[in-house]
Amino acid sequence: MSDLRELYQEVIFDHNRKPRNFHGMANANHAAEGYNPLCGDKVKIYLKVDNGVIGDVSFEGSGCAISTASASLMTETLKGRTLLEAEKLFETFHTMVTGPEVAHLENLGKLEVLCGVREFPARVKCATLAWHTLHAALHDDHHTVSTE
Amino acid sequence: MKMAEPVPLHKPVPGFDVYRLREDFPILRQRVHGKPLVYLDNAATSQKPLAVIEAEDRYYREYNSNIHRGVHTLSQQATDAYEQARAKAARFLNARSPKEIVFVRGATEAINLVAAAFGRARVKEGDEIVLTAMEHHSNIVPWQMLCEQTGARLRVASINDDGELLFEEYKKLIGPRTKMVAVVHVSNALGSINPVKEIVRYAREREVPVLVDGAQAVPHVKVDVQDLDCDFYVFSGHKIYGPTGSGVLYGREALLKAMPPYQGGGDMILTVSFEKTTYNELPYKFEAGTPNIAGGIGLGAALDYVTAAGLDAIAAHEHELLAYATAAVSEVSGLRLIGTAKEKASILSFVMEGVHPHDIGTILDHEGVAIRTGHHCAMPVMDRFHVPATARASFALYNTKEDVDALMAAVRTAKEVFGV
Ligand SMILES: Cc1ncc(COP(=O)(O)O)c(C=O)c1O
Repeated sequence: MSDLRELYQEVIFDHNRKPRNFHGMANANHAAEGYNPLCGDKVKIYLKVDNGVIGDVSFEGSGCAISTASASLMTETLKGRTLLEAEKLFETFHTMVTGPEVAHLENLGKLEVLCGVREFPARVKCATLAWHTLHAALHDDHHTVSTE
Repeated sequence: MKMAEPVPLHKPVPGFDVYRLREDFPILRQRVHGKPLVYLDNAATSQKPLAVIEAEDRYYREYNSNIHRGVHTLSQQATDAYEQARAKAARFLNARSPKEIVFVRGATEAINLVAAAFGRARVKEGDEIVLTAMEHHSNIVPWQMLCEQTGARLRVASINDDGELLFEEYKKLIGPRTKMVAVVHVSNALGSINPVKEIVRYAREREVPVLVDGAQAVPHVKVDVQDLDCDFYVFSGHKIYGPTGSGVLYGREALLKAMPPYQGGGDMILTVSFEKTTYNELPYKFEAGTPNIAGGIGLGAALDYVTAAGLDAIAAHEHELLAYATAAVSEVSGLRLIGTAKEKASILSFVMEGVHPHDIGTILDHEGVAIRTGHHCAMPVMDRFHVPATARASFALYNTKEDVDALMAAVRTAKEVFGV
């Protein structure tokens, strides 16, 4: 049960029950859709970027607790960040959830609650779906991102 | 949505000893995350008894060689064993002759074979192919591809909220343009058993051939293709305790004869010159190249195993498990069954209020309980029930009431973890 509790931390339940920034965005200047065909998780990310800074970010969709919480935490973390910082966060986050080694977690803040995913390889795609979709939105890749 | 009706209890068959049968499956003895493995993902693939493992092993150790082409002793032994397996499959389905049994990689390849070979010869622009809303993707996509190539179109019969086919509506879809009816015998996402005999009778009265996808049926229901009177019947070896990469296409001899080959190559020919090739007789015309010899032999052993355990006894045992599990689910608040057909086999698909199936799957795995979560390769079914996915437990002959108890305990743990 112990690593289960590590995966499903309270913060994750909280964000699953009450996802933050969970809405569409009429004046978004970047958006992309992501899909995990394995479990049917869908997410759409909206961004408002001005002068290389993420002014606003939101998401819509449906998914498991891990993917919903990850998307919610991501939007919270990204507001006010530069695009460069966002890419860097993605990299660090990705290393944290996939790597065998505990990566340098500085600056990950709340995102660290997702580190338990590392012990559940089948769930890595749930945690990274929103981030892959963010990446597509920032690169204006209009195809639906798929984790497969 | 209606509450699930209790499934009537069948009488257990004397002599069927599930605990003794479990001994035949070495994989079941292990622990997962420190808990005894409770394997309830049988609709995805079933475990293999020693008889199957040893049949494949013996082939590789003692008489591995290519079939149908050698005069040497081993080749003769391998050919005999492979052809005996074909005869077993013919008996298992009560086909008229082993000529009607084409060995394939699985249900998917069998359907593709029919869609390509039969479809190419018979289906034209404006024709229609009738499916149901509960087909597995493998009984949708090959027909869709055929439609793209020919200009034919798909018609899809609806199902009700219990996951039962709307038969009257279905009949209306079968008309003068219908060139093929393809229907799943037992739905892998819902467990519904379709009235295939009635469907076949109705379609054949209108001279429409019928393909039955029996991938989920053969491990649970006795199948007699002559009694069903269907034109094609397909199944995968790995879902009936046999090896992966083995499977059967049954086809009515006259239809198979009239069909062009599927793939070209060795074994499917009688003579080849650069001017003309003459094709081999049935069923070899459809078996190009060296087949999965060990797999075919293993499948024969699996069919022997099932026959010895007795399909009626297996069906009664699994039915009792399903009834027991269905009752248990109805006692847990927040659980909802997807698929509550009156006629059901071995499948318990459910959703839990406030917990996504994927999260259920992870927590159950932690308790040693293996189930499947997702859309089960039946996305149209998920759409029909307005769910993104379900959690699915599916039973095999070696499952016990204790397995169901472990499943329900793990489900309660999931509720606890999520605080719902
Ligand atoms: C109803 C049904 N049809 C066809 C298939 C395809 O079987 P295979 O993947 O073994 O070819 C499956 C497998 O899940 C199934 O459940």
